[in-house]
Amino acid sequence: MSYQGKKNIPKITSDRLLIKGGRIVNDDQSFHADIYMEDGLIKQIGDNLIVPGGVKTIEANGKMVVPGGIDIHTHFQMPYRGTTTVDDFAQGSKAALAGGTTMIVDHVIPEPGSSLMEAYDQWRQWADEKACCDYSLHVDVTHWNDSVKQEVDTLIKEKGVNSFQVYMAYKDYYQMSNSELYEVFTFLAERGGIAQVHAENGEIIAEEQARMLQMGITGPEGHVLSRPEELEAEAVFRAITIASQTNCPLYVTRVMSKSAADIISLARKKGNVVFGEPITASLGTDGTHYWSKNWAKAASFVTSPPLSPDPTTPDYLNTLLSSGDLSVTGSAHCTFSVAQKAIGKDDFTQIPEGVNGVEERMALIWDKAVTTGKMDENMFVAVTSTNAAKILNLYPRKGRIAVGSDADLVIWDTDAIRTITAKTHNSAAEYNVFEGMELRGAPLVVICQGKIVLEDGNLHVTSGVGRFIPCSSFPDFAYKRVKARKQLAVLRAVPRGMYDGPVSEFSMSRGGTPSASARTSPTKQPVRNLHQSGFSLAGPPTPDDIPIRPAGRRIVVPPGGRSNITSLS
Amino acid sequence: MSGYQGKKNIPRITSDRLLIKGAKIVNDDQSFCADIYMEDGVIKQIGENLIVPGGVKTIDAHGRMLMPGGIDVHTRFQMPDRGMTSADDFYQGTKAALAGGTTMIMDHVVPEPGVSLISAFEQWREWADSKSCCDYSLHVDITEWHRGIQEEMEMLVKDHGVNSFLVYLVYKDIFQLTDSQVYEVFSVIRDLGAIAQVHAENGDIVAEEQRRILEQGITGPEGHVLSRPEEVEAEAVNRSVTVANQTNCPLYVTKVMSKSAADVIAQARKKGTVVYGEPITASLGTDGSHYWSKNWAKAAAYVTSPPLSPDPTTPDYLNSLLSCGDLQVTGSAHCPFNTAQRAVGKDDFSLIPEGVNGTEERMSIIWDKCVVTGKMDENQFVAVTSTNAAKIYNMYPRKGRIAVGSDADLVLWDPEVTKIISAKSHNSTVEYNIFEGTEVRGGPLVVISQGKIVLEEGNLHATEGSGRYIARKPFPDYVYKRIKARSRLAELRGVPRGLYDGPVCEVSVTPKTMTPASSAKTSPAKQVNQPVRNLHQSGFSLSGAQIDDNIPRRNTQRIVAPPGGRANITSLG
Repeated sequence: MSYQGKKNIPKITSDRLLIKGGRIVNDDQSFHADIYMEDGLIKQIGDNLIVPGGVKTIEANGKMVVPGGIDIHTHFQMPYRGTTTVDDFAQGSKAALAGGTTMIVDHVIPEPGSSLMEAYDQWRQWADEKACCDYSLHVDVTHWNDSVKQEVDTLIKEKGVNSFQVYMAYKDYYQMSNSELYEVFTFLAERGGIAQVHAENGEIIAEEQARMLQMGITGPEGHVLSRPEELEAEAVFRAITIASQTNCPLYVTRVMSKSAADIISLARKKGNVVFGEPITASLGTDGTHYWSKNWAKAASFVTSPPLSPDPTTPDYLNTLLSSGDLSVTGSAHCTFSVAQKAIGKDDFTQIPEGVNGVEERMALIWDKAVTTGKMDENMFVAVTSTNAAKILNLYPRKGRIAVGSDADLVIWDTDAIRTITAKTHNSAAEYNVFEGMELRGAPLVVICQGKIVLEDGNLHVTSGVGRFIPCSSFPDFAYKRVKARKQLAVLRAVPRGMYDGPVSEFSMSRGGTPSASARTSPTKQPVRNLHQSGFSLAGPPTPDDIPIRPAGRRIVVPPGGRSNITSLS
Repeated sequence: MSGYQGKKNIPRITSDRLLIKGAKIVNDDQSFCADIYMEDGVIKQIGENLIVPGGVKTIDAHGRMLMPGGIDVHTRFQMPDRGMTSADDFYQGTKAALAGGTTMIMDHVVPEPGVSLISAFEQWREWADSKSCCDYSLHVDITEWHRGIQEEMEMLVKDHGVNSFLVYLVYKDIFQLTDSQVYEVFSVIRDLGAIAQVHAENGDIVAEEQRRILEQGITGPEGHVLSRPEEVEAEAVNRSVTVANQTNCPLYVTKVMSKSAADVIAQARKKGTVVYGEPITASLGTDGSHYWSKNWAKAAAYVTSPPLSPDPTTPDYLNSLLSCGDLQVTGSAHCPFNTAQRAVGKDDFSLIPEGVNGTEERMSIIWDKCVVTGKMDENQFVAVTSTNAAKIYNMYPRKGRIAVGSDADLVLWDPEVTKIISAKSHNSTVEYNIFEGTEVRGGPLVVISQGKIVLEEGNLHATEGSGRYIARKPFPDYVYKRIKARSRLAELRGVPRGLYDGPVCEVSVTPKTMTPASSAKTSPAKQVNQPVRNLHQSGFSLSGAQIDDNIPRRNTQRIVAPPGGRANITSLG
């Protein structure tokens, strides 16, 4: 490094930077070249670049230069029953940068019943004040009605949000019914948003929790016992069905178990537009720790869906991540102190949920997937940044080293070996779920917005420099296929003569029984009118001697989408 | 053929003794040649050179196959629907069944929500007792859920011989139950030792799709299948398998209509779930391309739920799974309506009464599609048409087997005969037959029900009201042996820990779980918080100090997983 004398200056102010002799790694190829950055953007890539004099130069010595990581799922500074997660945007994004992640995407969680827009503004305010790296926001839809719909529309059009999460768990709180999911997905498909889903069957969980507590199981092991992985897999399956029905791209957050991952890969084979997001915790550790005799340690692993007690799960998920069946990685970083977790010391259902992982994510994937030969460095870039950028419609600004892209870069040291421990991590939590794990591979230099933030093991972050990066709707990566299918999936009625035979008398009781849920069944009213007008327009029935087959492909099937509908008559 | 040549026109054969000579007896495990003698409706002797009373009516089988009479596990005769009744009553329906070689039917009691299960059950008993021509039994459908229903289910199991209950995941706002309710129903069913049946379709999605399709101006029968794509069926099957696994309750999926639903069942069985799948005559014999027929009445005749799949390769696929044992039993879901009744939905497909014919055609269709094509042998044919059903519903070996002591419900099968199915010649009362024009090979030559000949030389001699109600006991071995073993193993234990005595964060008083959101229906999860605390505290005071901290934790197997049942839970400390 040429700046040896200045390495103790906490904030590096130079806006010009040259990396020499690096091996640039994108998701498609790796090549040797120098990179010159200015004003936070990559200006030149190539050999023998002509750059202004006196530019700070970093000698990469043939080490890999990868796009900075994008942690697509964090919960910094998340309010929870009057307290807040211990890592705020400053602490959290600092930890992110320390691990080689230069952008985070946080979840806005409006209380059910409150305005999405207010929550969004609140999160923006928190993050703008404190974030040390660029960020974007997902907004969680925790209830559904016309005004929420309006707000979602505004968020997409004006506020740079293109992804919305719905919950299938947390009964009587965040959970949505299948009909609501259908409506949300339909709306998002229209507006070009990505439907994210927290997939667990909340109804069964509620029953199982009651059963566990009745049996006297109150510790953290009850958390995983009441949420077996089947319930996750079931909900994933259901979400995929609804998404496929509504032709909406689906994104499954927190893939924690083998069976959930299997369902995603199966659906992808069938052609569904679905993305799976394993998190640092599910790729790096397992749920056996819920049985730890140390309550505080066991409680620190509590997250939903839970870590699978099957110790072969992380390896399996890493394999699917490597093969492309799972697409992106997040951390779902959401840390609580032991005292906060202890809210649930007598009842596991009250333990606040969340694990750490934003700092460990890159190194852990490198260690578990690249050093083991499951994936190469290009795939590593794809799953840690490029795919996320494509889904969020930020590509190639983020997730790629190219001229014009943001200067968010990491020089990666493949030989560094580090032991993860709560003593040295940058999170404020007392426990680290990866405690004692030895990982090969670590960031040597981290450059964020064209500035060096990590060098020689020293972190120089600046709170509040992080910018909000707006995501626009209809990301090509997801919507090209969806659009093509929408064009094909037009349904047509069969033109028939009016049925003029006898009609039985019947009572209307069946359709009209107003049973418990009076929410949505407006099926009957508008229907009749449409039909009648439809028929008067159609005119007289077409003569029967015209062959029916060639006349029109009545239903055209999107590739792999709908079931096999033929047009025989 | 029979020794009674002169009397064949007597409508009711009164002889209670019958001998069949030279038959190839086909059970689900083996076939062998023997004579068979029955008396008073029960098989008394099997073997060669039997010693029988003189003057017994004798049938010479000439080496033809003699098999247990078919059991149609799913019929809906005389089913009320919005003031109408399905076209075939118990007389007409059972007559059709017998004509096709089926000697027992299992009908569904469908109580209107709000009506007591017991009174509905008694109503169905009354209808069937007065009209049924063959033995019958009854499934009871659970169309709503509250405590009173649970008590009635107990009574039905204990006093009325019912061991199977159907829940609906579809028909939103009418029959549909929520996942929590299904969980509770399944828990009750498991405790009672009964079988949980499920009509698997996602009712929420179906309701949304119906609205969408109608809004597009699609009102004909094609809208029925367009609004119920097979994914929606597969999703519901997957969900009910999950709930059944969770509650350790045996599951039986009625009307398997699509490849993907069948695949989900096959996969669940591979993972060890106790689940059975029932394809029906219609899904094995025809497909949903007819919904696009220009003839409205014809298209409407195919309307049933889940719908027939428009994929024309579906029947072949389902027949293959039936042959390899991934699907186990066959019913007909026989519930036809005549055209005038269907026309209730002439302007709106969602109002068309649902149901197809198939009780008469079932045996022949399966023979033609599976045995003639070499997918299965005659023994597997017996298994899927009668034996498996008898085992699942705890009627074996009284029904579903040819053995001494079993009921004399038999079919002499002619594998050579060919027949063209047509509404002109069928025994149902409806104008359309969904298998119209299908040529099937194989049919019953002689049908014996309760030891009496009811079909001979093409003549049907069915007696209205002769059918008996067959009571069934709970805990069928075929199903519950595995369930019992698993529930013994599946005990969960908490981890004994010292009390956590560190700092505890203050929380605001709005706990996460207290928000009274829209669905105030069933959330008993929260009320139990009260007793729980006490249990916990007493547990801890008993356990005392943690003296065993130095003992390695491995030695206690805390959770033992049932084979293939739960997720892989290991017991590391």
